[in-house]
Amino acid sequence: MTEPEAGGYRETSHPVYKELQDSEDFQDLRRRYRSFAIPWTVAFLVWYLTFVVMSNWAGGFMNITVVGNINVALIFGLLQFVTTFVIAFLYARHSQRHLDPIAARLRDRFDQKGSA
Amino acid sequence: MSQQALTSTLFIAVVLLTVGITIWASRQTKTATDFYSGGRSFSGFQNGLAIGGDYMSAASFLGISGAIALYGYDGFLYSIGFLVAWLVALLLVAEMLRNAGRYTMADQLAFRMRQRPVRTAASLSTVVVSIFYLLAQMVGAGTLVALLLGVDDQLIKNIVIMGVGVLMIFYVTVGGMKGTTWVQIVKAVLLMAGSVLITLLVLAQFNFNISELLGAAADNSGKGVEFLQPGLQYGATLTSKIDFLSLGLALVLGTAGLPHILIRFYTVPTARDARKSVLWAIGLIGSFYLMTLVLGFGAAALLDTGEGSTVLESGGNLASPLLAEAVGGGAGSTGGAVLLAVISAVAFATILAVVAGLTLASSSSVAHDLYKGVFKKDQPVTDQEEVRVARIAALVIGAISIGLAIPAQSLNIAFLVALAFAVAASANLPAIIYNMFWRRFNTRGATWSIYGGLFSAVGLVFFSPVVSGEIGIVTSMDWSWFPLNNPGIVSIPVGFLLGYLGTISAREPHSEEFYTELEVRALTGSGAEGAGSH
Repeated sequence: MTEPEAGGYRETSHPVYKELQDSEDFQDLRRRYRSFAIPWTVAFLVWYLTFVVMSNWAGGFMNITVVGNINVALIFGLLQFVTTFVIAFLYARHSQRHLDPIAARLRDRFDQKGSA
Repeated sequence: MSQQALTSTLFIAVVLLTVGITIWASRQTKTATDFYSGGRSFSGFQNGLAIGGDYMSAASFLGISGAIALYGYDGFLYSIGFLVAWLVALLLVAEMLRNAGRYTMADQLAFRMRQRPVRTAASLSTVVVSIFYLLAQMVGAGTLVALLLGVDDQLIKNIVIMGVGVLMIFYVTVGGMKGTTWVQIVKAVLLMAGSVLITLLVLAQFNFNISELLGAAADNSGKGVEFLQPGLQYGATLTSKIDFLSLGLALVLGTAGLPHILIRFYTVPTARDARKSVLWAIGLIGSFYLMTLVLGFGAAALLDTGEGSTVLESGGNLASPLLAEAVGGGAGSTGGAVLLAVISAVAFATILAVVAGLTLASSSSVAHDLYKGVFKKDQPVTDQEEVRVARIAALVIGAISIGLAIPAQSLNIAFLVALAFAVAASANLPAIIYNMFWRRFNTRGATWSIYGGLFSAVGLVFFSPVVSGEIGIVTSMDWSWFPLNNPGIVSIPVGFLLGYLGTISAREPHSEEFYTELEVRALTGSGAEGAGSH
């Protein structure tokens, strides 16, 4: 089904894709996906780079001992693990609640119209 | 039973187990979809384990704990970067790639662009990334086995490298994706079990008190409190600090561009399963990297890491196996001998599973992208023919890797892996992200970003101190002018920038028009390749 045709492109697209893309459901799906994925990506990248930059240039702060031999640097590093787990969990929940149901509806419409 | 005999027996057991799995899997590999993606029939949990098995390489298990054992806190960056990177894969790549592609990374570009140029570019970068990564694993295997057998014999190392090469060719040509996946699942279970055991034994020696462990590591390392602080390895100069930042960037952005990881998303029936597999993988990989912290500081606390010690001589790579021996009762004790053999066998299984995944990714791309998509573009290619070409490609890539790994043995493993990540982040990730999010993106943008990222990453390393000069591979001459060992901080922006410039300097209405179908497919799964069909 992905056999190329002359000119090196795939075969022509089914018109149902355009129809689905224009639907309110799809616009809603894209908005809900992007409004979660993009800000969170920016957030975790900034948070991670803050960690890298502070490891380099904020020795004074990173080396403060918190308890026993455990310093700020170690806690900062471990917090990266915690935030990774939390963001992954939040994304899974967001997808399940807000994205999967809309995607399923659109897929049903595609199966009705697209296979014809 | 002597240490060597015990270790050899367990190594042979690992080989027999994986060969058995592969033969079993070969009976169920009939179609091209079976060969490339295991019939898309794995569950999210199974694929999550397999991703873990594919990802936690010798560089992770031996390299990170070794880096922590020698350099303390600075080794921790690898663990963190390798883990946080999975959020890029989860939030931006896994599900959409599953819906838009079929067998390879290039599929999602070829979806809306001119087949020949984008498949050629993506295939080249797939093969380059995979071969750098393969070399790292094979060199690691040679070093590991030679040191464990207590012989620093070049011939033995070469034989081990050839043996690993033959095995990986066997896994892929015979077992395809199904065999490779089960080898990775078994490896992930063994690796987790082995790591949990050693972690608990280490913690038990310090009354399960992390602070006590850290204190002992700092004392025994001879570096005192600095051992627990950032900067021991990278903090010396501004250049080394920028190098650290550059490495950090490549680690976090490289994962979602690694071809052998990307093709794992095709092995599940739906995008939801792809998401679930990444969630399992994050749990698994995250717990594993937390344990590498204990293993690394444990090795620093309990082993001799000073001048002339085996840990230092091996560049840290033997820290984990020797730590296992120490917590099992020490050298000469039965417990120590058994644990050393077990952990060495686990490390060997780790290497085998990763090289299988890499060989599969690169041979799939050669057969599906280059052979079918480029050379035989205008002729029909049957499934059997395509799979036959993939098997031949696996053989050729295996042979090339053996040929390159033997002279590459002086190279540092972590450097080779970091380079693979830098190329993946510079050449592959920009094209994947643009393709999914930018309607205007086109063939020129894709090829410019892939070639630009690829050549700038590899080129900058060529002109770095790693390759020539005092501390380089070639010490007799010095042609280095790029000051950093890690090219990512320059080559990743180059990949993104060239992708942008290439796109805006050309109009390709077809690509923009087909973005509609790509986007609808990617986000909803409408028309996506189903399980076991086609």
